[in-house]
Amino acid sequence: MYRMFLLVAMIGLAHPVYAAVDGAGLYVQNCAACHGAQGGGGVGVPLSLHDFLDSVSNEYLRKTIRLGRQGRVMPSFRKLSDDDVNAIVQHIRGWSHKQEGSHAAPVFSAQPIKGDAIRGKALFDKNCATCHGVNGEGGAGTGVTMSRPRNWPILAPALNNPGFLASASDEMIKATLMKGRNGTPMVSFLKQGLSKKDINDVVAYVRAFEKSSGAKTAEVLSSESAVIVRESPYSVEQTVASLKSTILGNNFRLIRIQPLDQGFVERGKENKKRVLVYSCNFNFLNEALKVDPRVGLFLPCRVTVMEHKGKVLVMTINPKRLSAIFNNSELNRLCEEMSKIYVEMIEEAIL
Amino acid sequence: MNTTSFKCCGLRRALIYTLVFGLLWVLPADADELIMVRVHSAFPETMTTLQEVIRKQDYTVSRIQRVDVGLTKTGYQTAEYRVVFFGKPREIKDLPSRYPELTTYLPLKITIFAEQGETLLMALNPILLGDFFPQPELKKTFAVWEKAVRDIFDRVRTEEEGSAK
Repeated sequence: MYRMFLLVAMIGLAHPVYAAVDGAGLYVQNCAACHGAQGGGGVGVPLSLHDFLDSVSNEYLRKTIRLGRQGRVMPSFRKLSDDDVNAIVQHIRGWSHKQEGSHAAPVFSAQPIKGDAIRGKALFDKNCATCHGVNGEGGAGTGVTMSRPRNWPILAPALNNPGFLASASDEMIKATLMKGRNGTPMVSFLKQGLSKKDINDVVAYVRAFEKSSGAKTAEVLSSESAVIVRESPYSVEQTVASLKSTILGNNFRLIRIQPLDQGFVERGKENKKRVLVYSCNFNFLNEALKVDPRVGLFLPCRVTVMEHKGKVLVMTINPKRLSAIFNNSELNRLCEEMSKIYVEMIEEAIL
Repeated sequence: MNTTSFKCCGLRRALIYTLVFGLLWVLPADADELIMVRVHSAFPETMTTLQEVIRKQDYTVSRIQRVDVGLTKTGYQTAEYRVVFFGKPREIKDLPSRYPELTTYLPLKITIFAEQGETLLMALNPILLGDFFPQPELKKTFAVWEKAVRDIFDRVRTEEEGSAK
């Protein structure tokens, strides 16, 4: 019996732990919502593109999962174990093996490339800035749906993003510049007439983004209170009536005024001292959805008016606080604007 | 300068760089702050299943906001996009008296939208509310809500994928 136990234990130890990790399952659980079940993209960028898989190393994928892209939607997966991350990378890599003409995962040296960053800047401005932005901030919008025309399956990545710079080695960036990526606007710059030395200079310039602190695209709004609260000197009914006129005066459409517990209690028995006022500015909403299809979590715009311990409170969520959750710097301006609108509307209503 | 002190200087410089960059670079939001799932079924079927599953989990669907209808009526193009509000009657009645500011996050909601023949479900992870409302006694409530959202999402995905086979 003891020998049998020892044998079973030894067999167990002989297999690496990660063999038991279900990469496909982990991918479904953590990645498929944004990147698509088969890596075709969605809110997130497509991962199964032939040329993408052939030009990024497993190390790049691993670091990207771990670090994410600050301010560019992709979150960091800090709670996954190394085995989990490896299993996901192997699952993604599996799409490459199924495609004709694909090769094994490339491996790039971690050695820095020497180049003239000043000369590289001039070359970058001429050849790369149109797609990647003057400061390497990348293309606008998220993923491949809702946010932009679908002429291309991928957005120009933000090259100045700390997550990208920490994940991509100089050699990997160089290889992409030399070969380009079929099926995307990224062309081979060797074929465009740049020399290897020119490309080294561009790589040196891209690497220099590390030293320019505070990339705008990597900005996350600072945290503050998650709720905007004001006290109204009026009754609940008067405050709601005042709020209604303020909403209309601010070019918002009034959607509905309802008790908080409507739908939870029998009709007619709702608490009239807890009222939700829903409104929407569809132009603003459309703009926000273009930037990030996930903003539904803010919707619809709502102000709560309720009586509490003899006071009338007027409250709403603070979009500025919630913006950090989306990890999308393009949303920052809209969230700040929305927070300001909420404060102005509430304060006007209780004047 | 001898070799040892040169190495020391190099190490010190590396340490300073690491500290400086470490301070400048804050990691992005953790993946756990939003709960998202992709369902390989079209929007109408998934929407029906979602409502059924919420009820099976003992929650009440109080209302559905048809965001897409509002957008289309005002001249904007959009795929199906709705917000489903749900909760437990007892919690909706009791929690606002004790935690008035929490009311702004009630009822709970799930955003559901179509994406090229598939459907995405999304919710703010209720556990995150613990950062906004740190009262220790609320921790358990937020954990229960998190489990409920995850169970609802898992069940919708399983039921939809089961019916597709």
